[in-house]
Amino acid sequence: MIEIKNISKSFDDKQVLFDISGKFVKGKTNLIIGASGTGKSVLLKCLVGLLKPDIGEVLFDGRDFTNGDKNLLTDIRRDIGMLFQGSALFDSKNVEENIKFPLDVLSELPENEKIEKVNHCLKLVGLENINKKMPSEISGGMKKRVGIARAIVNDSKYLFCDEPNSGLDPLTAIKIDDLILELTRKLDTTTIVVTHDMNSVIEIGEYIMFLHNGKKIWEGDNKKILKSKIKELNDFVFSNKLMKKLK
Amino acid sequence: MKNFGRYILFLISLIQRRESFKTYFSLTINECIKIGYDSLFIVSIVSVFIGAVTTIQTAFNLVSPFIPDYVIAIVVRDMTLLELSPTIIAIVFAGKVGSNIAGEIGTMRITEQIDALEVMGVNSSSYLVLPKIVASILMFPILVILSATLAISGGYMAGVLTEVITGAEYIYGIRYEFNPFNLPFALIKAYVFAFIVSSISSFQGYYTSGGALEVGKSSTNAVTNSCIAILIADYLLAQILL
Repeated sequence: MIEIKNISKSFDDKQVLFDISGKFVKGKTNLIIGASGTGKSVLLKCLVGLLKPDIGEVLFDGRDFTNGDKNLLTDIRRDIGMLFQGSALFDSKNVEENIKFPLDVLSELPENEKIEKVNHCLKLVGLENINKKMPSEISGGMKKRVGIARAIVNDSKYLFCDEPNSGLDPLTAIKIDDLILELTRKLDTTTIVVTHDMNSVIEIGEYIMFLHNGKKIWEGDNKKILKSKIKELNDFVFSNKLMKKLK
Repeated sequence: MKNFGRYILFLISLIQRRESFKTYFSLTINECIKIGYDSLFIVSIVSVFIGAVTTIQTAFNLVSPFIPDYVIAIVVRDMTLLELSPTIIAIVFAGKVGSNIAGEIGTMRITEQIDALEVMGVNSSSYLVLPKIVASILMFPILVILSATLAISGGYMAGVLTEVITGAEYIYGIRYEFNPFNLPFALIKAYVFAFIVSSISSFQGYYTSGGALEVGKSSTNAVTNSCIAILIADYLLAQILL
């Protein structure tokens, strides 16, 4: 489980996050949603240690990630896997080298075991025999899958996904959502997905935290979200015509 | 001053939280190929022409019959070793390698590849930049030695082919009252310039933010700042060491 307590973050004079607390449960897909510019990505960066919150704590199964010593931080980082918005695959490395990279820097496994793990992860994300392809030679959806494979190759306990559906067609986006849900179940990870895609919210939102102007104003799941009476949340959820008709 | 302070902190970060020697070794070898081997062609072309042009222009300006022809070779030798090979090649190096380093690291920054390294617990600045600086320091002096050799050879070819100086006179001039300190002086310059180009370009790339436009700006700033720093260092080294 990942717990955040009273997270606040400012850049110069502009406060982006205001006193955000919440619990992200293990084995479930936890979503952080909100319109663009509400601080979702900043919160995610605070969670994975790319930004340090001004106030507040991030606890990974009770371990303090914000104020821990170097060894603790290294231990926690070994358990973190992250899928970036643009996949963030290393251009100079092929698919196999990309997925193997966390093992190269974080483990002492022999080379053949690393390759076995890479192939296993590629199979889990539904890609095989593309080990030697370069990132520039594969499609956007495949890049996301490779990014997920890289995120889980180190037996990560915590999986973070930043806008996993951005830039994908609706069909591929649903496949990526299903894959994230399936891996969360199979590997029993604490998964946090930052998104503003309503399909994802309905498909995989087992716990949802809604941010508006840097504040958490609602939390619940994909069943409760459609019945909410909060104006800001309704404006966000029912912003397109299809959702309005459904309502 | 704020940027200079940031640059110093950036340099300090390169030696903190380092990866294993094995990791750096393979990365450094790759960088040596990219930085050194891939620069051979442009360095060779520039060097041969530097020597050839210096010979022809010196000969054109030496009109007095009292000045022997071998002075042309002396001028070519000293100009090549003291200034042209280390400094001009450093500026070419900044244009080719410096812009490439800034572009590569800047693109990694805006496509979140650097964030990916950080999330994995890798010191991204050290992992990406240290091999580039080490490779530059290893390869650039070799390029300077090659450049000096080719420039002096280019001068010989141009002088002999255009008959402004005979081969024997040129070789006599090259060996005449040679100051051996010129060689270590050229190499000291090479080490300093290599560090300047690779570190400034990496710094510019590492702190890129925005999109493709900003990557372009970082590359331009890398070359501009490197060239200015090279010229300042060139003056200071001449003042201190000569």
